[in-house]
Amino acid sequence: MAKAVKIVLAGEGGQGVQSVAEIIAEAANEEGREALYIPNFGVEQRGGVSVAFLQIGDQAVGSPKFNTADIVIALSERAVRRTSQYVGPDTVFVYDSGLQGIEDDIPKNARKVLAIPALQVASDELTPRVFNIIIMGAVVKATDVVTEDRAKDAIEKKLGYKFEKNPKLRDLNYKAIDRGAELVAALL
Amino acid sequence: MPEKPIKGEKRYFMTGNEVVAYAAVMANAEIMYGYPITPQNEIMHYWTRMAPKYGKEFLQTEDELSAGFTTVGGVLAGRRAFTATAGPGNTLMQEPISMAEAMRLPIVVVVQQRGGPSTATVIYSQQEVTLTTLGGNGEGFRVVYSTANHQELFDYTIKAFNTAWKYRFPTFVLGDGYQAKMRESLTMYDPEERGLKMVPTEAYVGKPGVPGIDRPPGQYRNTYNVEEEIHEVVQQYTKEFNAIAPEVAEYESFGTEDADLVIVSHGVVYRAVKEAVSELREAGMKVGYFRPITLRPLAEKELKEMAGRAKALLMAESSVGQMTRLVKEVIYGATADIHTLYKPGMGISAEDVAARVRSIL
Amino acid sequence: MSVQVAMPKSWRVDTKPHKFCPGCGHGLVLKAMGEAIDELGIQGKVVYGCDIGCSLLSWDLFNVDTIQTHHGRTTPVITGVKRANPQVIGIAYMGDGGGYAIGSQHLVNAAARNERITVILVNNTQYGMTGGQMAPTTMPGQKTETSPYGRDPEKTGYPTQGPEMVAAITREGAYVARATVAKPKQMKDFIKKALENQISGGGFSFVEVLSTCPTNWRTNAEDTWNFVEKEMPKYFKVGEIKVPETLHKEGK
Ligand SMILES: Cc1ncc(C[n+]2csc(CCOP(=O)(O)OP(=O)(O)O)c2C)c(N)n1
Ligand code: SF4
Ligand SMILES: [Mg+2]
Repeated sequence: MAKAVKIVLAGEGGQGVQSVAEIIAEAANEEGREALYIPNFGVEQRGGVSVAFLQIGDQAVGSPKFNTADIVIALSERAVRRTSQYVGPDTVFVYDSGLQGIEDDIPKNARKVLAIPALQVASDELTPRVFNIIIMGAVVKATDVVTEDRAKDAIEKKLGYKFEKNPKLRDLNYKAIDRGAELVAALL
Repeated sequence: MPEKPIKGEKRYFMTGNEVVAYAAVMANAEIMYGYPITPQNEIMHYWTRMAPKYGKEFLQTEDELSAGFTTVGGVLAGRRAFTATAGPGNTLMQEPISMAEAMRLPIVVVVQQRGGPSTATVIYSQQEVTLTTLGGNGEGFRVVYSTANHQELFDYTIKAFNTAWKYRFPTFVLGDGYQAKMRESLTMYDPEERGLKMVPTEAYVGKPGVPGIDRPPGQYRNTYNVEEEIHEVVQQYTKEFNAIAPEVAEYESFGTEDADLVIVSHGVVYRAVKEAVSELREAGMKVGYFRPITLRPLAEKELKEMAGRAKALLMAESSVGQMTRLVKEVIYGATADIHTLYKPGMGISAEDVAARVRSIL
Repeated sequence: MSVQVAMPKSWRVDTKPHKFCPGCGHGLVLKAMGEAIDELGIQGKVVYGCDIGCSLLSWDLFNVDTIQTHHGRTTPVITGVKRANPQVIGIAYMGDGGGYAIGSQHLVNAAARNERITVILVNNTQYGMTGGQMAPTTMPGQKTETSPYGRDPEKTGYPTQGPEMVAAITREGAYVARATVAKPKQMKDFIKKALENQISGGGFSFVEVLSTCPTNWRTNAEDTWNFVEKEMPKYFKVGEIKVPETLHKEGK
């Protein structure tokens, strides 16, 4: 049985990690693949780190949570600390190069550690609002769970109504996917 | 008749709570009573959104005692009625469920287990097994389906209404917070298009005609004067429950014939077990699994046979042995070693199961 | 943070900032309660009970003995403590769902028995902690997760008039009022009197406080304050409803 790709996405409340996970899951489902997405939720979720667990494969997915991910994406300092538990010798660990004071917290046991300047690209080249879409591009490129075109379709499905009113937004989001993919491609 | 939301067979990708709401609509459930509690809230949210469109009713009650008793009232009036709850709400609901048990009322209850005891977590557990199978001051005359994925949530929610109305025992769909909140794919359908007939409902009270003139009055009680009376009622129920048990009980098993170790699990933990077993088999280890789908009644004969053959058993569950106690009672006398993997209030992954197996074999 | 400066003495410093959402009324109510405790010098005597609801987030908010109870059960737990040890000052803190729905029988019976406890109930017109379902206090037409098309009073009734009910079923000696987070001075005054009445052995003391929940109302700051200041008082009249002779009336 080909194993599902296991992804952990973590960030602060407003960073949109849950919606990224959901859009990727839906894109995979649209492609006829098996996806399982589980948000973390709880009484203190308001103040805590937001973690999304995502698995994509070709057969029905097993247990909804897992101990070790194939790829971990941590988007805040706290998220780096919180997610190190999901890192093993086969894990690719991705974090934003703009994060500070985490040098000692970057997992030492990962297969690969990638620092990508997503926050910087978002604010310098695009807009901070598409930060999470850049991340989505990076995840899609790093994992191959869906094609970039499918990812764009999924965004279209989710935000199409906004794009109708403001077609520039579509370009912006598509560019964000491409840039995210490039950032990772350069490092892989 | 108002239209149904699903025609033909179609693949969907959604949360488990949404699946339950759709399943109830597709099963021709007519009224839901409920009280908010995480992680079942979205069942009510989706139901209330669909309600006006498909001619459904909803009442938010003041608590779960009331949600349970109004559901009892709903079925007494002859409606396909249901409720959903979790954790401390399940605790409160044991009183009305006891009444339903005593009076053979076909209520359907969806339970999305959360951490316990007390308020604990709103996230996940398998700690409501004892309560759901044996709660109340009775003998556990209930049917409990423990689902593992969204397809089963859909299938067994529909089935629960039929089981309840066919046998007139309170019937439960036992899910959990993971199943409630996660998204995965499933195929939804109109049961009638698949030739699945919904068992007709029947009013206990409010039938046409004047009682005493056109028909005997419908008079139902749960109180008895002398020991002999209640003894006889419970004996009768026991007989009937035991008689239907083999027909109602469901399970899945794999590789138990030649296994050195059989893993017993239910619900969402079974997914981890299945995944682990397939990996371990590939690695040449003789492991199998037994998964009760009904926790009450259990597939007694098959469990006994399996345990009689097995060299060793591993009980895996997200509680401190609630399923294990039920299983042990059934397999009493079997000589297989019993190992455990208990993670109360926490999920169990395929890696956890595989690691535990390797530590035993 | 400016909260630090204004923090009541009876608050625990090491658990701040508190865990409520930005703009939540719970923090304001509990600040008023903290100040009242400070002014009455009763920090050493208070036993504080919080319900399950967003009030549960206050389980470590005060430097006072605290019990987190079950949803709706804070009134009987505090009643039990007070009956067993009349020296303590028992405060039961809860939401509108906890007090008027699941715990309504306890509120009614504790009031009818004239229990010497102080009940503070936060009315934010819905169930905050569980994500915004209808509560007994939901306003007619108000959309919530379980009244997605707006509350229809024909089917689900009108907003519960809690203090009015409590006033009707209590005897002389009870203190009953409705405050609002929009009038902090008056709110503190009412809460303080509800404590004084317990201290002097008067009887059951009850204050409902109109509060905010921007998270589930999905309102910005302006709409939030508009709702609590202008909309809610249309159904919920702010003021004292029952004041024992021993306590001075508001403004006198
Ligand atoms: C017996 C039981 N039923 C349901 C719940 C779930 N629950 C937790 S908080 C809550 C509602 C809280 O609303 P409210 O009392 O108005 O307080 P708020 O959060 O709005 O301050 C509910 C229904 C529970 N914990 N226990
Ligand atoms: S959900 Fe509402 S009541 Fe609860 S803390 Fe947030 S704003 Fe306050
Ligand atoms: Mg409330």
